[in-house]
Amino acid sequence: MNTIFEDSVPGRGAHIVEGDPEAVGKTIPESLRRSAPADLPQCSELDVVRHFTRLSRRNFSVDANFYPLGSCTMKYNPKFAEHVASLPGFLGLHPHLAELPGFGAWVQGALSCLFDTERYLCEITGMDAFTLQPMAGANGEFTGVSLMAAYHRSLGRRRTIMLIPDSAHGTNPASAALAGFDVLDVPSEGGLVDPEAVARILSERGEDVAGLMMTCPNTLGLMETHLPAIVEELRKADALLYYDGANMNAILGKMRVGDAGFDVVHLNLHKTFGTPHGGGGPGSGPVGVTARLAPLLPGPRVVKGNDGVYALEEIPGSIGPVAPFHGSFGVILKALAYIMRLGGEGLVRVAEYATLNANYLKKRLETVLDVPYGDLCAHEFVASAPEGLHALDIAKALLDRGIHAPTIYFPLIVKECLMAEPTETESKQTLDEYVDALADIVDRAGKDPAFLPAAPTTLPVSRPDETTAARHLRLTLDMA
Amino acid sequence: MPFIPHTPEEVREMLAVVKVRAIGDLFAPIPEALRAKPLDLPQGMTEDAVCARFEELAAPPGRLTSFLGAGYYAHVIPKAVDALAGRSEFVTSYTPYQAECSQGTLQAIFEYQTAVCRLFGMDCANASVYDGGTALFEAAMMALRATRRSRIIVDECVNPQWRRMLATYTAGLDVELRTVPHAQGRCDVNALAEVIDEKCAAVLVQQPTFFGTIEDYEALFAKAHDKGALGVVSVYPVLQAVLKTPGETGADIAVAEGQSLGLPLSFGGPYLGIMTCRKALVRQLPGRIVGRTEDREGRPAYVLTLQAREQHIRRAKATSNICSNQALCALRALIHLSLLGPKGLAAAAARSMELARSVAEWATALPGVKRHNDAPFGNEVALKFPIPARTVVEMAAAHGVVPGYPVGDRYPGLEDVLLVACTEANTDKDVERLVRTLANILGGRS
Amino acid sequence: MSQTPTELRYTKTHEWLRQEGGEAVFGITWFAQDALGDITYVELPRCGDEVKAGQPFGSIESVKAASDLMSPASGTVIAVNDALENAPETVNADPYGEGWMVRVALPEKAGLPKDLMEAGAYQAHCEKEH
Repeated sequence: MNTIFEDSVPGRGAHIVEGDPEAVGKTIPESLRRSAPADLPQCSELDVVRHFTRLSRRNFSVDANFYPLGSCTMKYNPKFAEHVASLPGFLGLHPHLAELPGFGAWVQGALSCLFDTERYLCEITGMDAFTLQPMAGANGEFTGVSLMAAYHRSLGRRRTIMLIPDSAHGTNPASAALAGFDVLDVPSEGGLVDPEAVARILSERGEDVAGLMMTCPNTLGLMETHLPAIVEELRKADALLYYDGANMNAILGKMRVGDAGFDVVHLNLHKTFGTPHGGGGPGSGPVGVTARLAPLLPGPRVVKGNDGVYALEEIPGSIGPVAPFHGSFGVILKALAYIMRLGGEGLVRVAEYATLNANYLKKRLETVLDVPYGDLCAHEFVASAPEGLHALDIAKALLDRGIHAPTIYFPLIVKECLMAEPTETESKQTLDEYVDALADIVDRAGKDPAFLPAAPTTLPVSRPDETTAARHLRLTLDMA
Repeated sequence: MPFIPHTPEEVREMLAVVKVRAIGDLFAPIPEALRAKPLDLPQGMTEDAVCARFEELAAPPGRLTSFLGAGYYAHVIPKAVDALAGRSEFVTSYTPYQAECSQGTLQAIFEYQTAVCRLFGMDCANASVYDGGTALFEAAMMALRATRRSRIIVDECVNPQWRRMLATYTAGLDVELRTVPHAQGRCDVNALAEVIDEKCAAVLVQQPTFFGTIEDYEALFAKAHDKGALGVVSVYPVLQAVLKTPGETGADIAVAEGQSLGLPLSFGGPYLGIMTCRKALVRQLPGRIVGRTEDREGRPAYVLTLQAREQHIRRAKATSNICSNQALCALRALIHLSLLGPKGLAAAAARSMELARSVAEWATALPGVKRHNDAPFGNEVALKFPIPARTVVEMAAAHGVVPGYPVGDRYPGLEDVLLVACTEANTDKDVERLVRTLANILGGRS
Repeated sequence: MSQTPTELRYTKTHEWLRQEGGEAVFGITWFAQDALGDITYVELPRCGDEVKAGQPFGSIESVKAASDLMSPASGTVIAVNDALENAPETVNADPYGEGWMVRVALPEKAGLPKDLMEAGAYQAHCEKEH
């Protein structure tokens, strides 16, 4: 398929903005002007509409395909939430307006949405305060670990080590390193964080350990049953416990991380609260903390006066802003709408049915794949490809059946790993079809060794040559 | 149950397969002491009721005529941008790790990379970071890695909020941020050049500056190169249709807040961080990057590339911790640029600048109003008032006019300076209304 | 298929060292390049840089993996195999020859680190990792 640049015809245009580009000559000296016009597409409106409509048809999406992903929650994204975030009154609102005297009335609605979202997230997680600034999960992780560093600094000590389980997502160590920490791996025991390993490290290096980053249930889909013992060890060393919210879908309304002893949490609104992934973003990664860390949160915060008027207030001891304003406001609105639609009981049902779907799928897949861990799983589980088959090949064969591939080769500690996280929004029929598809793929692979490596054969492209892509970088049309 | 399809019959069948009696039994692994009480949240609402509530919250109390910019601008957004970027094949797709079923997103990103590189005169781009502030931070990190130095020199005319973000993001790292003061709302290019030495990794400037002035950075970047440092500029993408490109100026890394390319203001986000660089720095470029290659049949195919240095493989040693991108925002920017084309974008820039000139001419005819300096400016002009700018803003509110951004909160000493921004979405009538309002405010006081 | 030249010394992290008088050449082993798969990029130090035994002197990337290159010995870099920049696949094709990475001047008097392995010990080490 052509690129939009190849569809371009010199002199053509959509004529949406009219005007005389030459008028610039009157205001700007020539030495500050560009030497030639930018070589952007020159297309009619219909050219552009056709091009991007055709491109869209070369994508899988939740609206058309099942995503059994794992490590990332891909649930249905309700349409009414899109409507809410597209209300013109919100879309046209200039963020600086909230700082200007005399314009409070114009921003009351938007500020109340931020205020309510923070309040609801506090109740859902059992934390005391939230910031909505982080613009994605990884951005939330950075914010969270920066708060942990700032907490220790505020007590006049420097703690340089962040503990991270070996099953953790790679973003955890990357975020900790970005905030200046040295990362120390905590080995798993039977797929769980070993409290004795934590105790051992703390007894040796306790004075240097800032905290532990945990995903719970962890990336293997297992509840960290030793959590109380781990919390106790950390408390003794006055080290903090961080909750990676990637798997929050499993415990909504079932366990509150604040009650369980976590000090910092980041949530992914685009995973747990039904906002769409948009092919990679935008997301939103709010961070919640307990009271002792609240004075360090990024500012300003939304406060509600006794008169019911919302306003912004700076936080004097803040670590500073991590976003230009209040984070991904448009995404936050969708999540708030989702929470209001479901209410407390609806959120609990999310965890219940996500867990039911995962356990049902796990039981049914035990005859098809190698399912290594445990009896009951949380909202997701891990499996290994049958002996002699590669997870990658199975993933590609699924694409031919209109099913998105699961997350593969993660967690790193599982061989030929295929994850599964069906989410609560998928029906029993969809799960049954997935099991049948996998069984059929494994069966055919056994009969015909050429079948799997050839997949996929029905999509716009077959497997791209990634080695050439990385060796001879072609990142734009102009890069030779 | 909204968004949960299970019938009671299906639930029974599924529980039988799992061999538990009730759904609650599935949560047995959660230690007893940690189980939650019922959440204290409002009852669920119908879709209709939720929408009605938000429609109420979004309704503005009146009509506003706005000249507020300060880094974020209300340009015209073609309706086709919403229609195309709103297609659920784009909106509800996942990060394109599985290339074969993500060619739509991947090709769009490749085209976006091409478009922003051509607009900025640079070689390479990533598939975007979160916003202009994080883009500036990632640019600084690229320079620190590439030069193995630890000092970053920042012009005070760079957006003050982005400078605060830069401080937050580098707080835990061995980085020295050195800010060089502005000279009456202009970039003090000579003072910046003077402090660049062999310890400096990069010099960070903005075009136009936060105060709207257009500066010449060519000599500054040449000096940086002499000392082995990099030149980093944050630009305003709409004005890049007419202004000398970062490439032509000698910048090594060019970043931008991409909001003005087809993204609504939306009270602060989601926005788009544009990041481009010279080819020599491509290995330092963080985040997701799309490359063009071929599939087995020799057809052009697009893939995420340079992923081995990212966090899912490198963990603590990754180039950055970014795992997402702003794909949907980048898509909006690409569609916007495709609809406007080179002429449309230049026309938007020219019209915005023309209106700002008109504001400056009319306003400086009012008693006591002067331009803050006489530098060339783009679509935003700094005006000095005989009364505090916050007072001007507060009084204008009663007229339904947002006259601009008072810079005093971020620049102590400049309490009388107002930044007035125009876009092609403003009309001549809007300008008249602004000038009348200002005349009224100033006349009423004298 | 594996090859382990006997005149070289090896690290646990799969780098090799060839001593030539007061100088030494570093590269990665056949086992390492095989485990990485198609190599797409090699990042090397600059001439004049000091490298330290057991510390990274560069990094290597394939499509699916990236790892640090650990220095088998301490010294000063005096030559770098620039050809790898445009042809990283050479490391796959000829890891002990054209795929060499850096040449360092060894400090006078100091011997090679004690933990470097001879070919036999390295081969046993690889079999254990397999």
